[in-house]
Amino acid sequence: MTKEPSERFDVLVIGGGPAGMAAAACATENRRRVGIIDDNPDLGGQIWRGASANPGSPAANWVARVRDAGVRVRCGLRVLHQPEPGVLLAEGPRGPCLLTYEDLVLATGGRERFLPFSGWTLPNVMGAGGLQALVKSGLPISDKRIVIAGSGPLLFAVAAYLRRQGADIPILCEQASWNSIARFGASLFTQPGKLAQAVSLKRELLGVPFAANSWPVAAEGHGKLSSVVISRSGKLERFECDYLACGFHLLPNTELPALLGCQIQHSCVWVDDLQQTSVPHIFCAGEPTGVGGLELSLMEGQIAGLAASGTLSRAKKLFNKRDKLRKFARVLERTFALRPELRRLPFPETMICRCEDVNYRSLAEHTSWRAAKLYTRCGMGPCQGRICGPVTEFLFRWRPDSVRPPVFPAFCESLAALPNPAPTRSELTGAQL
Amino acid sequence: MSEQIALSVNGKIISVPSGATVAVAVMLADEACRTSISGEPRGPLCGMGICFECRAVIDDNPHSRTCQIVCQAGMKVRTHD
Amino acid sequence: MIKKTYDIVIVGAGIVGAACADECARRAMNVAVVDCDVVGGGATGAAMGHIVVMDDSEAQFALTRFSQQLWQELRPELPADVEYEQCGTIWVAADEDEMREVRCKETYYGQRGVPVTVLDSACLQELEPNLRQGMTGGLLVPEDGVLYPPCAARFLMSRAQSRGAKTYFDSPASRIGKGCVRLANGVEFSAGTIVNAAGASSTSLTPGLEIKKRKGHLAITDRYPGFLRHQLVELGYLKSAHSITADSVAFNVQPRITGQVLIGSSRQYDVEHKQVDNTILARMLHRAQQYMPGLAHLSTIRVWTGFRAATPDKLPFIGPWPEDPSVYLATGHEGLGITTSLATARLLVNQITGADSPISLAPYLPSRVVSEHAHV
Repeated sequence: MTKEPSERFDVLVIGGGPAGMAAAACATENRRRVGIIDDNPDLGGQIWRGASANPGSPAANWVARVRDAGVRVRCGLRVLHQPEPGVLLAEGPRGPCLLTYEDLVLATGGRERFLPFSGWTLPNVMGAGGLQALVKSGLPISDKRIVIAGSGPLLFAVAAYLRRQGADIPILCEQASWNSIARFGASLFTQPGKLAQAVSLKRELLGVPFAANSWPVAAEGHGKLSSVVISRSGKLERFECDYLACGFHLLPNTELPALLGCQIQHSCVWVDDLQQTSVPHIFCAGEPTGVGGLELSLMEGQIAGLAASGTLSRAKKLFNKRDKLRKFARVLERTFALRPELRRLPFPETMICRCEDVNYRSLAEHTSWRAAKLYTRCGMGPCQGRICGPVTEFLFRWRPDSVRPPVFPAFCESLAALPNPAPTRSELTGAQL
Repeated sequence: MSEQIALSVNGKIISVPSGATVAVAVMLADEACRTSISGEPRGPLCGMGICFECRAVIDDNPHSRTCQIVCQAGMKVRTHD
Repeated sequence: MIKKTYDIVIVGAGIVGAACADECARRAMNVAVVDCDVVGGGATGAAMGHIVVMDDSEAQFALTRFSQQLWQELRPELPADVEYEQCGTIWVAADEDEMREVRCKETYYGQRGVPVTVLDSACLQELEPNLRQGMTGGLLVPEDGVLYPPCAARFLMSRAQSRGAKTYFDSPASRIGKGCVRLANGVEFSAGTIVNAAGASSTSLTPGLEIKKRKGHLAITDRYPGFLRHQLVELGYLKSAHSITADSVAFNVQPRITGQVLIGSSRQYDVEHKQVDNTILARMLHRAQQYMPGLAHLSTIRVWTGFRAATPDKLPFIGPWPEDPSVYLATGHEGLGITTSLATARLLVNQITGADSPISLAPYLPSRVVSEHAHV
């Protein structure tokens, strides 16, 4: 089997979602060698998963634009760490490889925030984006009953998508208040593009009961989900269902930027107007700079790609549009802020750390993330705290640790790979194997 | 018209459309992917390869994230292993 | 400012400090422990957690063997989260030279009542099928074990607290001496005896103390039950532990009860930052893969570093500090802190109370003369 090739790039983009593709496509206009890598089997990221299945869609168009521009596309690759400045160690299906760059664009996207409640670990309880990803990956849901809950505009997009695939949605629960939702609706008038989307979504979701002020209290079932109990403006209601699609808005994936030394402020990667981070030659675009949705990601990606390739005047022309879209990001944050009642959902035996099976009771006796990690091993599993970290931050107001390599679990052989491994005297005087 | 691919999940032959992920095959087989440390059955949560709940053994490779791996004909998948 | 008064104030809440607190409290002494971090948050939290006998010197053997026996006595009282397992150690010989060392160890331990078994190539392969083929053999030490250090430290500290020990974990100590401990936040303690159990930070409190930081890296895999059954150490480990100046790595792996494999080890001098060094990590893992090729395809989920406290002659300081009669030392344990914590506490508190000790104290006394020859 041939090994995973190491390659040099003028501009390397990490993340094949909308921001990454926009950056890569724009970077080719002024630089010879542009590469884009992503962990998923195809380009598109989360929101545009399965883009190629829809020719003519904006998603498919960007994928085509990236490929036509001659960008070197490598899927199935995960960055592990930085062995030296200007070089990243990545791991793919054929082993590790070194990726060298002059300029780097981090478009690592966002992930769903999960919050624990009784039964949330049952099979068929998934994220909203999570279930959508599985359906796009071939899961049939025609005529299946799916309760959608949590928070954020993703719920609506997922509901519309699932409905198109034939699912029956008995209820869509948003934890934000009716007031917040109304204000959010009003704010869409200032963003015409978004308003059009909202109107078309509303059409698609006609007939789907929507409830603000609502959240899941318990998932029930033996061995897998069979029903969900919802708190609906204070009243409890049980819904039988096949799946629960539940996610509480999005979190920026800042682990790789943090590992590379980029300044993080309020859980987001700080960038200047040209999307450059605090580290020279490293740019960041999309959700990691602040969760703001698709259009903002595309705009930031374009600016980052242009800036990384030195086309500054073109980049500056996009500032206005981007800044307008950033306002929307702030509206999102306010609207879908988590309410305090959600902190009281877990029972003492509700699992918090799913990798290490640490329950609420075991964690509540500690006073810091550090202590909890040390004594219970919460956060020491393969998810590296990506799931339970935000949970404990919300439940206990614990602040997370600094990031250490590898920024994703890696095969030992990948971490043993180096540009120039040089054995020392001790290793040579040991047995020659 | 997408072609179908056959693979086995815990010895049972499952047919999936080409391009489907192993996680989907496991769900079609009405199985959970893994058993947690305290004995709970677990399946995919995030769908994007970061939660590690969808892990199963694929062709003797343990801890494989089934939501990130596309089915190949003849794959042997074992859950709860 | 009202000073709080104790018989003993212990600076450092790692496993050594916790063991000392436990011992003091057991003997009804009025004891306080100060630290700026959680119990076991320093080298203890980063440690491999092995309980091993070592034959590097008579003094090292005496201390490790005594302490190992204390751990075995304590074992029934340890809660489940300490994860104590008597998995044994196998010292792996990769060639005939190393096999000769194996036989020397066999004689040495045999004379001192430590049960060991010499393994030939076939036996070794059977006991550890994931070791590379063609190893010459090894030495099995079945009474060695492993545990999870932060929870062990926490257990000892809780036991001390249940017997009246007090803890102050808000602020680091800024000055100790002449019967007084002062914290950075201004709180002061008056103590009959002060114990410096601050590990790698000991020298900042006791100037003139010859302790150097030796940085180590560790990596842990996901769960692969049955991949590894015993702690494995290459005989070159001792060469690595001996080296004073060079960065070195040596093969040392340990099974956790969870089925995770803990991979070490590395040693570096004169590095102050705790960031992971990807070069050393690569060399360490490369070395490990040479002994266990199957490691290559294990998923590694975390890497971290820690600072061992190293003395010039590789033995800890346990006893009174000659320059200040109110200060005792319990520090400088390098890679044997977990193992020797219990014995350290016993020997230390014996000295404070004037009780007899079952082993000679002389080799560990801070007052011992450390000649240039000790720097090997």
